[in-house]
Amino acid sequence: MPLLDVKDLKTYFRTDDGIVHAVDGVSFSVEKGKTLAIVGESGCGKSVTCMTIMGLNAKRNTITEGQAIFKDRDLLKIDPDELRKIRGNEISMIFQDPMTSLNPVYTIGAQLREAVQLHENVSKQVANSRSVEMLKAVAIPRAETRMDDYPHQFSGGMRQRVMIAMALVNNPDLLIADEPTTALDVTTQAQILKLMNQLQRDFGSAIILVTHDLGVVAETADDVMVMYAAKAVEKGGYEDIFYRPEHPYTWGLLGSLPRLVAEGADLKPIPGTPPSLLQPPSGCRFHLRCTYAFSPCVPDVPELLPVGGESASDHAVACHLEPEFRRRESHDLLHEVMAEQQV
Amino acid sequence: MVRYVIRRLLWAVVLFIAVTLLTFIMFYVIPVNPAAMVAGKAATPAMIKQVTHDLYLDRPLYVQYGHFMKELVWNHSLGYSYGNRQSVNSIIEKAAPVTAAVVFGGAILWLLVAIPVGIYSALRPRSKGDRVAMVGVLAGISAHPVWVGYMLSLIVGYKLNLLPIQGYCNLRGASAGQSCGGPYDWFMHMLLPWITFAILYSAFYVRMIRSSVMETLNEDYVRTARAKGAPERTVIRRHALRNAMLPVVTMLGMDIALALGGAVFVEIVFGLPGLGYWAIQSVFTFDLPIVIGTVIFASIMVIIFNLLIDLLYAVIDPRIRLA
Repeated sequence: MPLLDVKDLKTYFRTDDGIVHAVDGVSFSVEKGKTLAIVGESGCGKSVTCMTIMGLNAKRNTITEGQAIFKDRDLLKIDPDELRKIRGNEISMIFQDPMTSLNPVYTIGAQLREAVQLHENVSKQVANSRSVEMLKAVAIPRAETRMDDYPHQFSGGMRQRVMIAMALVNNPDLLIADEPTTALDVTTQAQILKLMNQLQRDFGSAIILVTHDLGVVAETADDVMVMYAAKAVEKGGYEDIFYRPEHPYTWGLLGSLPRLVAEGADLKPIPGTPPSLLQPPSGCRFHLRCTYAFSPCVPDVPELLPVGGESASDHAVACHLEPEFRRRESHDLLHEVMAEQQV
Repeated sequence: MVRYVIRRLLWAVVLFIAVTLLTFIMFYVIPVNPAAMVAGKAATPAMIKQVTHDLYLDRPLYVQYGHFMKELVWNHSLGYSYGNRQSVNSIIEKAAPVTAAVVFGGAILWLLVAIPVGIYSALRPRSKGDRVAMVGVLAGISAHPVWVGYMLSLIVGYKLNLLPIQGYCNLRGASAGQSCGGPYDWFMHMLLPWITFAILYSAFYVRMIRSSVMETLNEDYVRTARAKGAPERTVIRRHALRNAMLPVVTMLGMDIALALGGAVFVEIVFGLPGLGYWAIQSVFTFDLPIVIGTVIFASIMVIIFNLLIDLLYAVIDPRIRLA
């Protein structure tokens, strides 16, 4: 039984312009100790999915439907106070921008201790020693003295380490990381990812990793869900998505990765821009940008169906193209990429 | 922290010199001959000349300024009124407590109103309560304190006869020639001035606190606090409000300091002999030492309060300490 089982999750926001369908029927599950990566362009609903699971959307203008079963409890329906006790304790979250995610007027020690004491009735000393331990675990030098420092005295990478320490201090079963490395430079990114992988091994937390960076996915994910315009277009194991991708959008994402290739080769962007979620396009939402689109793509919404073949059983794709054709194209694309790499 | 305080203090000195110099120049270049006024109506030209010399008015401006500063710094004297020869110090000593009573009482009142209303509006934007508050704000900002003061006097004081509408009573008991005194009389006489004063400012502050709190509630660290599992009360009190109050503290320092220089409208409307009242009276009679005295006193207040606020700021916001 999965740790978190999300079924047909829908999150709509009421705005002055109408209803934004930010997440429109997404299902996925996260296994204990595994990492699920949610991939997609900005505004495709990845972050909102996480915020909804955590119950962090503003209540006033949000409509939520579906299920998110975590340890026999539906996170979308339980009492807000019950959910609050789960937040930061059994499920933690870290965010994109470490520069602004810590409160500037409190020492990081105070903020770490608060995280402990919100969920456990322990003395300040106990909370303190656990916080220091956690800071050491995320490799912050001189952890004891740095407890008394304020966030502005830390670099971006160090702040993200503090955020991770704060998220893991209560040893959660699930860590939701919303673009944890996006605001960091590449070397710091690598360090943070390495740290997260290592902590996952040590603490055994499952991770939902939201990112638009396939490089990050390649380094950390067990499973991958590709989202486009508020829907999941492809789901599967890491190998399925990277070696046997079947959705034209996934092809586009993989094809647009910068590579070390022969001089003069251009980046291959996916043409066009993501559609408005106020009035999503009919049928397959990718049809406006898809070079393979044909007649059924415009009126009919493709279902997310298992692909079969040599893929694992949980590899699923939402596309009207013939499976045979998809497999051939996928194969060719992969060859093309390989060939480029060898130039 | 110590270096920060020293730097702020040095700045205060520079500011003080700049402000006194400017005031001095402004008032001493006004083409009125103060000596003629001091000497009186029947003065001969010789007498006027003598007085001009006594008042240092025949010396170059920088000598006058030097003399003025020397008197101020060494003897702590702001000079003497041209009109009645009273020392400006004693006038300010009597007027300052009146103004302070108006301003601090008013400030307490406007904060008591503005903080809860502002926070409420920020937490429930567009709710009925918020809309009522915002209409109130608009009315409060639009209504001139003179009008508000006279209307309150008319309705509460005159028609309903609930509160006195004129004059000031000593807090410590009646002084010679006064019919009232003591805390009760003082309080009753101050109520209408406070309300008048607070209406305008609480309108400003509700609006400012509302936007500041709303802005802070959208900060990432507030989201972090929620994600940590903090109850909404803790999120708001501990994480949002402290940050949201930073700009409010700044504004409060500025407003109180400025108002100490003379809550002119309120003092005039309610006949309170405070700094603003004296300043206006003296402008009409060209009693320049009193005008300069009140202006300088106000400037010193602004400087002191800015300093206090800066120090307070450093306590609230750790980022300032090292900057």
